[in-house]
Amino acid sequence: MPANNYEYFLLLPHIVLSVGIVLSILIEIFTRKGKEVLPWFSSLLFLFVGFYSIINIDKNFFIFGGMVEVGGRASIFNFIFNIAALLTVLASTDYIKKYGINYSEYYILIQSSVLGMMVMAMAHDILVIFMGLELMSICFYILAGLNRKRSSNNEASLKYFLLGSFATGFIVYGIALVYGTTGSTSIQNIFENFMQYFNNILFIVGMLLLLIGFSFKIAAVPFHMWVPDVYQGSATSVTGLMSTAGKAAAFSVLLILLGTSLSYSSPIVFRNYFSVIAVLSTLVGSIIAIAQTNLKRMLAYSSIAHAGYMAIGLAAGNNYSFAGITFYLAAYVFMNIGAFTIISLIEGKDETRLTLNSYAGLNKKSPFLAAMMSLFMFALAGIPPMAGFFGKYYVFFGAIKSDLTWLAIVGVLSSLISVYFYLRVVVYVYFMNENEQFEIEKSVGSNLAISLTGLLVLLFGIFPDSLMNLIVNFIK
Amino acid sequence: MIIDYIPIILVIIVAAAFAGIVVLSSVIFGPKRPNKIKVMPYESGKDPIGTTHERISIKYYLVAILFIIFDIEVIYVYPWAVQFKSLFNDFGIFAFLPMFIFLIVLELGFLYILMKGGLKWD
Repeated sequence: MPANNYEYFLLLPHIVLSVGIVLSILIEIFTRKGKEVLPWFSSLLFLFVGFYSIINIDKNFFIFGGMVEVGGRASIFNFIFNIAALLTVLASTDYIKKYGINYSEYYILIQSSVLGMMVMAMAHDILVIFMGLELMSICFYILAGLNRKRSSNNEASLKYFLLGSFATGFIVYGIALVYGTTGSTSIQNIFENFMQYFNNILFIVGMLLLLIGFSFKIAAVPFHMWVPDVYQGSATSVTGLMSTAGKAAAFSVLLILLGTSLSYSSPIVFRNYFSVIAVLSTLVGSIIAIAQTNLKRMLAYSSIAHAGYMAIGLAAGNNYSFAGITFYLAAYVFMNIGAFTIISLIEGKDETRLTLNSYAGLNKKSPFLAAMMSLFMFALAGIPPMAGFFGKYYVFFGAIKSDLTWLAIVGVLSSLISVYFYLRVVVYVYFMNENEQFEIEKSVGSNLAISLTGLLVLLFGIFPDSLMNLIVNFIK
Repeated sequence: MIIDYIPIILVIIVAAAFAGIVVLSSVIFGPKRPNKIKVMPYESGKDPIGTTHERISIKYYLVAILFIIFDIEVIYVYPWAVQFKSLFNDFGIFAFLPMFIFLIVLELGFLYILMKGGLKWD
């Protein structure tokens, strides 16, 4: 091979994860003990890959002829994906037994989807991005419908698959047009001569199709129709992973596209598109979430709103906002997985306790869960000592730096609206009398995941510099 | 630019028009003398048995899908095998290793199906 051996060594995290997937399949088919072994095996795998990536963050190179970037930005995203998957696995060991999806394939699919995300985060070539995107999406389609006896699962999986493949169609067509006009799939080459191609109508259409496809994947309005149904119908732990790590992976691709365009010309040409997306997503997400009483559905709309806040950063298009988005994604991953884990503990065997009423008087049943739930709700709303505040702060700061103050004001206003429905949960948890009697399940893994996410949300909130300095050094 | 594609569009229009005219003219001008044997469903010359809307076991569908694994294998292995001599001269053992890894991963999928009982007929 033309690539030298050192280049393969730099890909160690991806190789380890791939070999891990192969080993997991072998464990499942030959020992038939996958259900007991694989949670621990995949946890160790994610732990190793995540921390190996973040330790080797300094080794920032472009390898395989500039198709792939290792270290730096890719390392930060690898860390986010792997820790998200680790927390999901921890939180779901007991949950999937209750939900009826206790298959070892559950863990294998999570590993494969994380591999797809890691490929997306490191790619600097449109075809590599597409490969990673498909690996991730196909695993998610299956994960969404893993319990084929539940009609909600089937509905979620089918809707996700149909609309997701529609979005993929957009992306492929966009890739075809961009390749047809530029003669290159390398993002670097495309943006080097961006202004020259910019008079070509086919190139603009191709770029727009790419952006629309990824807007689907980040769940931004007006491409958000699948989100509430899919998030509500899937298993709660799967929703936790889809809404956080999946969204982070799609954002990592948009950050590569806009970041590369930043170093050659100005991403200002995308500003109108992302401004419209941002305003619509933040407002529609926040306002519709008020009407929801089902907590999973409410968090789905809140995830649309969060995609909007991050799109404000994309519209701003400068280094501050890109670093801000990365920080926001890290914070969002932890607070959302924490919230979904609590929902998975409360919801009961047949998802009968998903509404706000079931959360009334939670404080009397379990002070720990009540405190953590309010912590995550405060963090999602963006109240200062939590990580969510600094995510929003950095993104809005980037917007103001680009003279987009009006966009930052819209963001602040809609996050003001969102405070209403986040705090309503806290009011139910602490100030309402309990009107349903039930036992909260005991699950060591879930409680561990909740504590870890809570700790990280507080840590990133109180010492945002610890993560932000790392990100600022490597987002270029 | 777009003007270069006009010949292709013309070819498509002409082809569609020609096919359409041929089919339509046989419908319009052809003699129609149907009898019982002529309108019977065609089953290789035998008299048809049962209805045409038979339900087929989903197992056939499964086998058809599994066949795709080997289809994909052939698509990738064939061009590689054709070029193997020159690849081997250029890259030595590295001409062989990637395909070897690819085949291992592919066959692992087949092994998984086999061990999980995907090919058990009952």
